[in-house]
Amino acid sequence: MTDIKFEHKQSAHCENGVTANLFTFHGLKISEPLVFGIGSGLFFAHMPFMKLTGIPVTGFRPMPGIIFQRAAKKLGIKMKVKTYKNPKQAMADLDANLAKGIPTGCVVGVFHLTYFPEPYRFHFNAHNLVAFKKENDLYYISDPVMENITTLTYKDFERVRFAKGTAEPKGKMYWPISVPKEVNLKKAIIKGIRKTCYDMTEIPLPFFGAKGIHYLAKQMLKWPKKMEERKALQYLGQVVRMQEEIGTGGAGFRFMYAAFLFECYTIFQDERFKQFSMEMTQIGDLWREFAIEASRLVKNRSRSGSDWESVSKLLHNIADKEQDTFERLYKLAKEWDKKL
Amino acid sequence: MKKEEVPQDDGLLQGKTRDLYYVLDENGNYVSALSTGWEPKNIVMQQAWDLINESVEEAKNKVLNKEASPLLYHMEKNQMDIKLLAQYTNINKNKIKDHLKFGGLDNASEADLQSYADAFRISIDQLKSIN
Repeated sequence: MTDIKFEHKQSAHCENGVTANLFTFHGLKISEPLVFGIGSGLFFAHMPFMKLTGIPVTGFRPMPGIIFQRAAKKLGIKMKVKTYKNPKQAMADLDANLAKGIPTGCVVGVFHLTYFPEPYRFHFNAHNLVAFKKENDLYYISDPVMENITTLTYKDFERVRFAKGTAEPKGKMYWPISVPKEVNLKKAIIKGIRKTCYDMTEIPLPFFGAKGIHYLAKQMLKWPKKMEERKALQYLGQVVRMQEEIGTGGAGFRFMYAAFLFECYTIFQDERFKQFSMEMTQIGDLWREFAIEASRLVKNRSRSGSDWESVSKLLHNIADKEQDTFERLYKLAKEWDKKL
Repeated sequence: MKKEEVPQDDGLLQGKTRDLYYVLDENGNYVSALSTGWEPKNIVMQQAWDLINESVEEAKNKVLNKEASPLLYHMEKNQMDIKLLAQYTNINKNKIKDHLKFGGLDNASEADLQSYADAFRISIDQLKSIN
């Protein structure tokens, strides 16, 4: 059996992390924030018409799998992706890959993920990890959100790869089959920024981008009026959970995007990117402030309307800032796009 | 966020891992830093767990009051509903509904009991009790 030297680098988010680690293994050294930025990972959506366990969906990123697909496409990396009906076949194919020395990305459910901290084990089926070695019954796992390399037994691995419920992973596995020697990083970055700026400022629907943040801020004031306080606070708590759960790098990916823009500054040697990085940092700090205020409301179960008002106001302010920042960043991206 | 502001409020990660944040260091460069947890996040995660724990407690009481079989308790404890349990066990939803009634597990086949036990990763004996 080939012994693979796979560099486990912890990241904030599983999808970017797996992508960055796999690309790096194949000779394209790339950071998590860069994958995130090129894959246009930053987003906002509040969709009351879609509910998960009875609570409206709020998202700070696009649907699972998309960041990865976009980043691979923009960098010209070809991936092999497989899903399965038969668990035994899925495990056999993974074993074959590992025997050939191919670290392989897998999608799993986290509820039965044995090494995961219990409080984070929900029936969430879009977690990503890399298997890079098998020894007898044991798989060596690089899970980007874990500090260290972990292991899974055959049985436990098979179970999480065939988790049931919403968005079943169906044994999905993926790995790069061709990585170009030279990539046009600047071009990929600018395309990624343009997509993010469009998504944040120009989607003509109220649910998405900066408009979506305003929309959430407005909707939120209706919650304590039209439902039990307890339920309203569950809605509010869910927003903070999505913002700060394992994997956002803090502030609903805003700090990760700031890190990305900072990396752009070193790549393009354009001070303006650094300026935008600092602006994003400040916006991230505002999101953190919102989380503090919102969680206080959850904890104290305050009944006074003014608390909901102040939390809502914080969001309106963030929405205004994001609208303005992404509009100006859009211009910078377009300017660079002409030069490249 | 600055590096020195990274929160270290222990809690839900149980020391099994730490959260990675992107932060500014003292020279104004972007770096990553690890956090053991953050209080606002601990609060909202606890809120989600309170809801789950309540459902488990409710199920437990129903079993004790002879209104449901222990299957209800294990289903709630595993954050499942009938639909998800059916997917994990390949047992028909209506059959599961019967099994959830008080005394329902007494009529379940050995194969079904084993399927439930496997889904919850417990023994059949454990399945039949709420301990």
